[in-house]
Amino acid sequence: MNLLTVENLTVTLATGSGEAQAVRNLSFNVGRGEILGVAGESGSGKTMTALSMLGLLPYKGKASGSIMFDGREILTSTKREYRDIRGKEIAMIFQDPMTSLHPMLTVEVQLTEHLRHHRKVSKAAARNSALELLATVKIPEPAAALSAHPSQFSGGMRQRIAIAMALACEPKLLIADEPTTALDVTVQAGILKLLHQLRTDRNLSVMVITHDLGVLSSLTDRIMIMYAGSEVESGATSDLLKNPRHPYTKGLIAALPGNSEVNSKNLLSIDGMPPELGNFPTGCAFHTRCKFAKASCKETLPEVLNLTSNHRIFCPVNPFSELSNSGSN
Amino acid sequence: MKEILNLKNVAVEYDRHGRKVRAVAGVDLTLNSGEILGLVGESGCGKSTLGKAIVGILSPITGEIVFDGQKVKKLTRGKRPDHFRNLQMVFQDPYGSLNPRRKIGMQIADGLIVAGMSKKLALVKAADLLEKVGLPRNAVDRFAHQFSGGQRQRISIARALAAAPTAIIADEPISALDTSSQAQVANLLVNLVDEFDMGMVFISHDLSIVRRISDRVAVMYLGKIVEVGTVDQIWNNPSHPYTRALISAIPHADGTSFMPKDLPGDVPNPMSPPSGCRFHPRCPLAKPECSGNEPELRRLADGRDVSCVLQTAGSQPVTLTLN
Amino acid sequence: MSTILKKLKRSKNANSIWRQPLAVVGISIIAIWTFLAIFAPWIAPYNPNAQDADKFLTPSAAHWMGTDELGRDIWSRIIHGARISLPYSLLLVVLSAAIGSIIGAISGYAGGKIDSFIMRVTDVFFAFPGIVLAMAVAAALGPQIRNAVIAVTIVAWPVYARLVRGLILNAKQNDYVTASALLGSSALRTMVVDLRPNLSGPVFVLASLEVGNALLLLSGLSFLGLGAQPPAAEWGSMVSMGAVNFDRWWVGLFPGLAILTAVLAFNFIGDSLRDALDPRTAKALRD
Repeated sequence: MNLLTVENLTVTLATGSGEAQAVRNLSFNVGRGEILGVAGESGSGKTMTALSMLGLLPYKGKASGSIMFDGREILTSTKREYRDIRGKEIAMIFQDPMTSLHPMLTVEVQLTEHLRHHRKVSKAAARNSALELLATVKIPEPAAALSAHPSQFSGGMRQRIAIAMALACEPKLLIADEPTTALDVTVQAGILKLLHQLRTDRNLSVMVITHDLGVLSSLTDRIMIMYAGSEVESGATSDLLKNPRHPYTKGLIAALPGNSEVNSKNLLSIDGMPPELGNFPTGCAFHTRCKFAKASCKETLPEVLNLTSNHRIFCPVNPFSELSNSGSN
Repeated sequence: MKEILNLKNVAVEYDRHGRKVRAVAGVDLTLNSGEILGLVGESGCGKSTLGKAIVGILSPITGEIVFDGQKVKKLTRGKRPDHFRNLQMVFQDPYGSLNPRRKIGMQIADGLIVAGMSKKLALVKAADLLEKVGLPRNAVDRFAHQFSGGQRQRISIARALAAAPTAIIADEPISALDTSSQAQVANLLVNLVDEFDMGMVFISHDLSIVRRISDRVAVMYLGKIVEVGTVDQIWNNPSHPYTRALISAIPHADGTSFMPKDLPGDVPNPMSPPSGCRFHPRCPLAKPECSGNEPELRRLADGRDVSCVLQTAGSQPVTLTLN
Repeated sequence: MSTILKKLKRSKNANSIWRQPLAVVGISIIAIWTFLAIFAPWIAPYNPNAQDADKFLTPSAAHWMGTDELGRDIWSRIIHGARISLPYSLLLVVLSAAIGSIIGAISGYAGGKIDSFIMRVTDVFFAFPGIVLAMAVAAALGPQIRNAVIAVTIVAWPVYARLVRGLILNAKQNDYVTASALLGSSALRTMVVDLRPNLSGPVFVLASLEVGNALLLLSGLSFLGLGAQPPAAEWGSMVSMGAVNFDRWWVGLFPGLAILTAVLAFNFIGDSLRDALDPRTAKALRD
């Protein structure tokens, strides 16, 4: 049974000009020990999806649908129930470790604080756990690190500390929102390696949210591509990246700097801009930028089309239906 | 192709909490007109500081920077000498690079008015420049907040173009933009370099984009240049261990099981750099002599420069094999 | 300036100046005083300098606010007093704002030793209580309304200097200032063309808050005999006479009320402007 099953998740936010849906009827799941990547540009709803798992939607944000975690429904949790879930069952790390770690508290305090909250352990036992965690995330000289402050560490080290904090109570699911976007490429490689290791050692499920297809390719088992609050394509990572079938996914892959025409310096990009919250086009939201759009695309929401048992798209047109060699358009 | 910028032994310091940090510790570099030189390196390598020193925002404490035959001087309170107005900069932050309270047209026209053009004519030319960067002419009467990040960067580019630059230092010009805008602005810069035969130093941490648009690439580590070569040379056969580590760490978005390789350790504090070769504590191929003398930049047979004892001047590059 | 007026005209949200009752009260009061001041010769029932009536008459139908020690109608003198107090206070604010802003701009843009020097000088000025310094200057120059204006200007400019210096230091860090320099703009030109538009808003707001202060200081100096000289009908000197004749309560009360209403009105306007225009301005002023 899947660790996480999300069905028909809809997230509504309050904006200056009324209510707007940030996530629309989203369904996906994450298996135990599986790494799922959620990709999309800004405004795709990927972050709101993550926040709704933890009851962290912004003020006046509402979620409807179903989120089944480890066999029970958590969407309807009360504030207190969410507090018990956060950190203990589901943990989250963010893009900027500078702001997600408290600058004034030592590493020891931040690591042991919610450990002692969720499990009533003594200070000494918590300290030992903290040392182990720092060793797990490969922080050099863990004992000295405990009494240091976040500002004394580099960006990559801080992100490792954030991961250690997230792991303190042994959650089953780790949500990572753009975990390496702010890091240098060599540092990023270290974090990706660490996340891989954690999945192998602890059977940790990970939901990685990022727009970086390279990160997803290295790290994930499956990828879900989102656009304007809905899924457009999902499948096994290698299959999706080698044989993308939705025009948006194809466009994203073609826009990668490595994929443009060989002799040209010009980068390809999808025409137009992703839509803003509250202003999603009707029908299939991508139709305004899609070369293959038909008249019906702007009228009806696309239904799911299962290409294989593990690869599906939301596109009635399905313009790439003949199996073509990868790379050609 | 003419050499438009020449840096020799440039070192730049700045003050941090009262202590001097040598962010750039002796750099040699050249830029030719019509070429895009990518300047890459990770946080703390000094590439942004170097960019600022090239245009004169910061002053080098040693070495000299020669632009089109003249030594670059630091910006003063007076008017910048006419000769150097052809050396311009595009900045990273699209929000701080335009004055929120002045009309866009006037900000672009500044470069022309200062050179003696009448305000009326300058505004017409400003509209021309806006068209050239892909924006409507009537943008001259609008204000910065009415434009997106990508559009603001294009306006900043138009402003730089008003000075008819022969060299542009672009300091992370697309890093703060979303993916679609990044492609558009990068393409614009490439086309302008081609059209006006400018030289451009493209400072960036995004190696994939650098690979696509650059002709040559210079790699920096902790204030020094470790390797300079053509894009193909750098990517296909990096001759410095750091360059190799950098290239191996780039993820591939191809759905294969390629895992980017990490580089253990941290960048040392620039206030107390390692002895000898600055990279040696983290280098998997380090030899005992690497902690002794700092290796100089040497020219290899294929035209590239590299500072590593494993490479011999005048010879073909030795292919590095790391475990 | 025009952007401020535009903002005032267009703002419809809760922060709009028209929605704030205090602002409306303040503007109304100043409007009334301005009207009185402009049409004083036609509105005032008596010649302010005419010593026709008996001394120290209590307020009555003939003399709404009674008469003073020389038999002059107090109400008429108060109306005419507005012609001194209001314009001179505004003049004062314009002068001190201009001088202070320029000094602050130089200090902020030049930086280094010049900045340090100017800041030490402003520190010295801040160390003195305003009225004491004004007294010293006015006394040194000689008792005259013109010298009182000079004295208060000298006291008032530092606060603008500090504000503008802060704004410039902030603005200087923006890339657009560097870009201007790279394009060949001199420091002076950058200051005038690039930075000035960012200053006018906050300076205007500060000035509107300072008018009340200016009026008080000016009246204070006249009260002490260092400003407007007799027979000028200036509110401060009228209050001074009232202090000596405390049992004739009307002599001092009405000019005092005139000062009170005007200063309060300016403060209401200034506060509302500050809140309406830019919440961050309020922070800059407090620092």
